[in-house]
Amino acid sequence: MSSALDLEDPPSDTSRAAGPRPRGELIRTVVRGIGQTLITVGLVALLFVVYELYVTDLLAAREQDRLSQEIEEQWADAPTVEAPTPAPPEGAPAPAPTPAPESIDVGLGEPFAVLHIPRLGGDYSRVVVEGTAQVQLAQGPGHYLDTAMPGQEGNFAVAGHRVGRGSPFLDLDRLQPGDAIVVETGATWYVYRVLGDPASGDFGTDPSGIPGREIVRPADVAVVSPIPGGPAGGPAAGAYLTLTTCHPKYSAAQRLVIHARLDGAPVSKASAPDGPPALGG
Amino acid sequence: MYTWIWRHLPGGTAAKALAALVLVLAVAVLLLFVVFPEVEPLLPFTDVTVDQ
Repeated sequence: MSSALDLEDPPSDTSRAAGPRPRGELIRTVVRGIGQTLITVGLVALLFVVYELYVTDLLAAREQDRLSQEIEEQWADAPTVEAPTPAPPEGAPAPAPTPAPESIDVGLGEPFAVLHIPRLGGDYSRVVVEGTAQVQLAQGPGHYLDTAMPGQEGNFAVAGHRVGRGSPFLDLDRLQPGDAIVVETGATWYVYRVLGDPASGDFGTDPSGIPGREIVRPADVAVVSPIPGGPAGGPAAGAYLTLTTCHPKYSAAQRLVIHARLDGAPVSKASAPDGPPALGG
Repeated sequence: MYTWIWRHLPGGTAAKALAALVLVLAVAVLLLFVVFPEVEPLLPFTDVTVDQ
């Protein structure tokens, strides 16, 4: 790119430190400097778009790979979290898998669950980490601190990127009422279903008044309340799941929010290692 | 600025062009993997959470 710019350069540009020179040349140098600066700024801005759309995807995919490996190891040797397992002596019986306690206690930034959304593809799965700061969301969907854990009474609320960083929630607007959102933890599958009427596709028919999908202002924190739309820190009634992402695509002006409710009893992984029926459909 | 760099690159036109290309790539890599990840949290484009 520099050679293209150089074509316009007169050879007389060497006199920068050589004392006084004609006024016209000074103006020309200044104007050329401004022009080059603006072009540079434009190219850097373009490069930033490339970064947001593509490079963050690469980085996030790597993070997700690392997290799913980490969480599988964690689940394999539960309840010892991240402790390096000593190799069992030769011939010794493998230690019996201890059922993981379902009171999940997880540190900031650590993975603890996997989100499956069959509507977004049979193989759609994302590891959820604790916390919703940028550093956590760069790795995958993040669980709002102080909201319920999977399966608990209250609101299991998760935020994720719409565009860039693997775009985990790019297609949340394709979710329909009744769609399953399956949360996998160490020992259990939880099936949530998007609120609304599956027959008519109307998100607003739930008797609780909670819509299956809504678009809110960024400051509308009530969507992650124990009862979505209720007071923050209010009493819990029912187990909900809430997903938030930005809206519209490529913007952060609003938030797209999906509400779902726990459907049926938790399914133990021991009885269904490949997932509940909702995952297959 | 670009003129100044071009004039200070050693060698003939081909060598200068190659050096310039390397410089451009180095700057791009620096931006993509160091500068942008640092700067990005300060920008409002990637907010996905609801908060005050």
